[in-house]
Amino acid sequence: MKKMTVLISTFALFLSIAATGFAADTIKLGVAGPHSGDLAPYGIPAMKAAQLVVKKINANGGVLGKQVELLIQDDQCKPEIATNTATKLVTDGADVVLGHICSGATKAALGIYKDAKIPVMSPSATNPPLTQSGDYPNFFRTIASDDMQAKMAVDFAINKLGVKKVAVLHDKGDYGKGFAEFAKKYLDESGKVEVVLYEGITPGAMDYSSIVAKLGRYKAEALIFGGYHPEASKLVSQMQRKRLKTIFISDDGVKDDSFLKVAGDAANGAYVTGPQDLSSIPLNAAATAEFKAEYGAEPGAFYQEGYSAALALLNAIEKAGSTDYDAVTKVLRTEYVETPVGKIKFDSKGDAEGVGFSVYKVENGAFTELK
Amino acid sequence: MEYFLQLFFGGLTRGSIYALIALGYTMVYGIIQLINFAHGEIYMIGAFVALIVAGVCTIYGLSGVSILILAGVIAIIYSCAYGYTLEKVAYRPLRGAPRLSPLISAIGMSIFLQNYVLLAQTPDFLPFPRLIPDFDFMEPVAHIIGSPELVILITTVVTMILLTLLIKKTRVGKAMRATQQDMNMARLVGVNVDRIISLTFIIGSALAAIGGVLVASYIGQVNFYIGFLAGVKAFTAAVLGGIGSIPGAVLGGLVLGWAESFAAGYISSDYEDVFTFGLLVLILILRPAGILGKSHKQKV
Amino acid sequence: MLKNFKQSILVSLWFVFLTFPLLAVRVNTMDQVVVWRWMNMLWVAIGAFVLSYLWRYMLARQQVRKQVADEGGETRSKTQLLLEDMSFRYKAMGVILLAALVFPLVFDTYQSTIMISALIYVVLGLGLNITVGLAGLLDLGFVAFFGVGAYTYALLNHHFDLGFWITLPIGGILGCLFGVILGFPILRLRGDYLAIVTLGFGMIFKVVMENWDALSFGPSGIANIDKPSFFGMDLSLADSTIYIYYIMIAMVIFTILVTTRLRNSRIGRAWIAMREDEIACVAMGIDIARTKLSAYALGAFWAGMVGVLFASKTTFINPASFTFMESAIILSIVVLGGMGSILGVILGAFLLILLPEYMRAFSEYRMLAFGAAMVLMMIFRPQGIISNLRQTYKYKGSKEKINNG
Repeated sequence: MKKMTVLISTFALFLSIAATGFAADTIKLGVAGPHSGDLAPYGIPAMKAAQLVVKKINANGGVLGKQVELLIQDDQCKPEIATNTATKLVTDGADVVLGHICSGATKAALGIYKDAKIPVMSPSATNPPLTQSGDYPNFFRTIASDDMQAKMAVDFAINKLGVKKVAVLHDKGDYGKGFAEFAKKYLDESGKVEVVLYEGITPGAMDYSSIVAKLGRYKAEALIFGGYHPEASKLVSQMQRKRLKTIFISDDGVKDDSFLKVAGDAANGAYVTGPQDLSSIPLNAAATAEFKAEYGAEPGAFYQEGYSAALALLNAIEKAGSTDYDAVTKVLRTEYVETPVGKIKFDSKGDAEGVGFSVYKVENGAFTELK
Repeated sequence: MEYFLQLFFGGLTRGSIYALIALGYTMVYGIIQLINFAHGEIYMIGAFVALIVAGVCTIYGLSGVSILILAGVIAIIYSCAYGYTLEKVAYRPLRGAPRLSPLISAIGMSIFLQNYVLLAQTPDFLPFPRLIPDFDFMEPVAHIIGSPELVILITTVVTMILLTLLIKKTRVGKAMRATQQDMNMARLVGVNVDRIISLTFIIGSALAAIGGVLVASYIGQVNFYIGFLAGVKAFTAAVLGGIGSIPGAVLGGLVLGWAESFAAGYISSDYEDVFTFGLLVLILILRPAGILGKSHKQKV
Repeated sequence: MLKNFKQSILVSLWFVFLTFPLLAVRVNTMDQVVVWRWMNMLWVAIGAFVLSYLWRYMLARQQVRKQVADEGGETRSKTQLLLEDMSFRYKAMGVILLAALVFPLVFDTYQSTIMISALIYVVLGLGLNITVGLAGLLDLGFVAFFGVGAYTYALLNHHFDLGFWITLPIGGILGCLFGVILGFPILRLRGDYLAIVTLGFGMIFKVVMENWDALSFGPSGIANIDKPSFFGMDLSLADSTIYIYYIMIAMVIFTILVTTRLRNSRIGRAWIAMREDEIACVAMGIDIARTKLSAYALGAFWAGMVGVLFASKTTFINPASFTFMESAIILSIVVLGGMGSILGVILGAFLLILLPEYMRAFSEYRMLAFGAAMVLMMIFRPQGIISNLRQTYKYKGSKEKINNG
């Protein structure tokens, strides 16, 4: 027991030294997101993006003549851990924060950053109230919000596909249910289609045969699903097995290569919404190339958004001439910045202008953007 | 009617997988009164090993049903090995310890194995090759039942028959029943109890592995976390049927499968898990030892 | 010597075989690549070889200790003996209390936040200790009561703007109430049936919170929950953390006092009697139903109270915080610490919550280590860190008298 106490106190000592020991003349960029556990694939690309951006900027002389220092913290996407993470970042003196990744964790952490007057920019938290509620003036994001996505999916289903009976399903999660609720709302408002089924499915359940049977029973022409790719691929495979002709429409959480690979040919003909294809933007291609050169692999989810957020934040500090909260947020709201997701600035609520969604169709095992 | 049958067979398929896993829980519990919380992880490891074997085979150019059988056999061997080691490392030293200790050890083992697979392999979902060939059934039947479901049902039935024969007809089976009834007495009449316990874990693991391979090739994806929910559900099934009773586990699995399927089909899948556990509580209130469980009158 | 060596070689080979498909092969069925990692096998072989020696040594030591215990020898370690010394106890308590009081003044806000988390688990552990440790009723869904408390505060605060201090007892009482409600249907169940039913209740709570939008706002949760107010003043982050920290310290002390008193009370003895033998307990004229329900209710009370504090600390809650994993961790705290022992539970909570927090550098491996630690702890110290001290009464008279009599 004694050894343990010594160990713990050494750790504590080490941490407090690490926290206070560094000189104050660096710009501190906090990065928070899931870096361990099952959701790590959503958080690590943004972290690596921040590392690459900082490396490049530091090599070119840093920001305001100071070097940029990264403070990386794991929040595992859990709200209660995110508050600890946020406190840690605030205590360590982060000037700006890139993160968090999951909407729930972001929501939990934002209050702490708000009190500490730190601008936060998320590459992936798409929950609408984060910006629309107006509760968090310090929050920005480089990705469009879920309601836009839902609107897009619904418009597409009604106008392009011309369906009359639609089923809406979600995975009971924060993200999926939010998307599904908006989709249902827009479908009801349109008055042209009937929502024949609105239900949550249990993520991780063994199979979805009853829900698939239900789709057949209500003769749904299209299924709008809010959630992530594991459930989506299970759904489409089972729909194919039961020879349902229901068109599958889903969200950004499904627009992932895993969906194509796991669902195989069952994915063909599915539609998903996702951030616009920006690979034609030179900066975007450059960022991808940079990642490939460093890690020798494809970047992964939210890499471009993370890269953009890091650029936007550091650029704002440079332009503002200081890390002062008011100055930085003012620059973010007024001045355009070139990023891999396009030339963006942020509106008064914190959503990026010039970032939008497109609908993609799965054809021959690949996502093709529909213009 | 067609809709009813769809739900019926959906529930039957799911239920038979539950039953396969539940057997492992119930057999172990019957002998050493331990909830083997890591049993779900054995199921996951079975599926994962099968995925690895099948993946390597497909990449090196083999194909077809032969892979399925090869992957299945290797998965069973490895699951058995893991089940055996699990018992030796995490439970055997705890024989005679306070009753909650093995349970905590089991929860710890479950966390350990999950993270072991996560770190050794990947946190992502991996596609499991579709190895069960799709036969074309006639039109009305095709909507109700497909070839994967059929394969699952047949495999389960065959496995159950083999298991029953093993327990009822062989010497080993007799020894297992003896150990279940009274461990000390069995020891007195010359049964090697340690070996029987190991064997129980091995058989339970083999059944879980069969379940894992079947599910993986049915739904086509695997990751490190699939064992948890399957384990909890199967355990529920085992308790529902009366833990310790082998026919009870099968019945419990089927009842649970149907309950979930019909509840999701006729009511709503929003509250799927609430129905599951609601049913459990209801049955346990009426029959505190489960459907087929014998309630032991405690004598003083 | 040679026998040991041979055995270790065998163990090492066995583990190489065992880990081969998962550690040596990494197949990505997505991109159709196989990676062979032969080096891993070497590490496993060496690791298993060394560990098997260690394993045998530890087991042998365990055996020796057991033997000593069987022969009636002294098995309590020096620390344990020290703990039984009352004057030392009071001194130690004083030091700990002092350290706890100055802690937030010495360390920064982050350290205080972490400490608050640990203290929350201390109270949760002490609550569950009543149900599991004292009354012997296994509960795998304890987190539901915690959730009840958290949602009580979040909802009352959201709809009626009720403050922290008013809600604190309400949360506790509601937790209590739920304990009784859930306790009723399972009065007749024993041991492991209880485990699965309580696990079910835990899951039902989460599913209901996810789906009953009108009540709980579904999975998107409730944000902007007020932090505890300090005589109506708004505090900065650092100050309010310190404030919550002191509230938490007070709560822990309160919990310790009450649970100690409870344990030695009439009802506490009834719990322990019930844990040891239900039938004998009935024969002694104890009302089992009432005893069981009170164990659930009083355990849940603490969870409900500390849930209120949890909600006010994070200022945001959603159903994702109340998973089975949390229940498992709380149970592990109780069992690892030493069932029934209050000091043990406190140490258990600190170990299980603080260690992973400070092991962030090895974040990838921490859950692996966590699981392994639980198993090892159970094997080598099944009674927990601090085994429960049984109250013993010694007959002071001389032995001869008895013999003569």
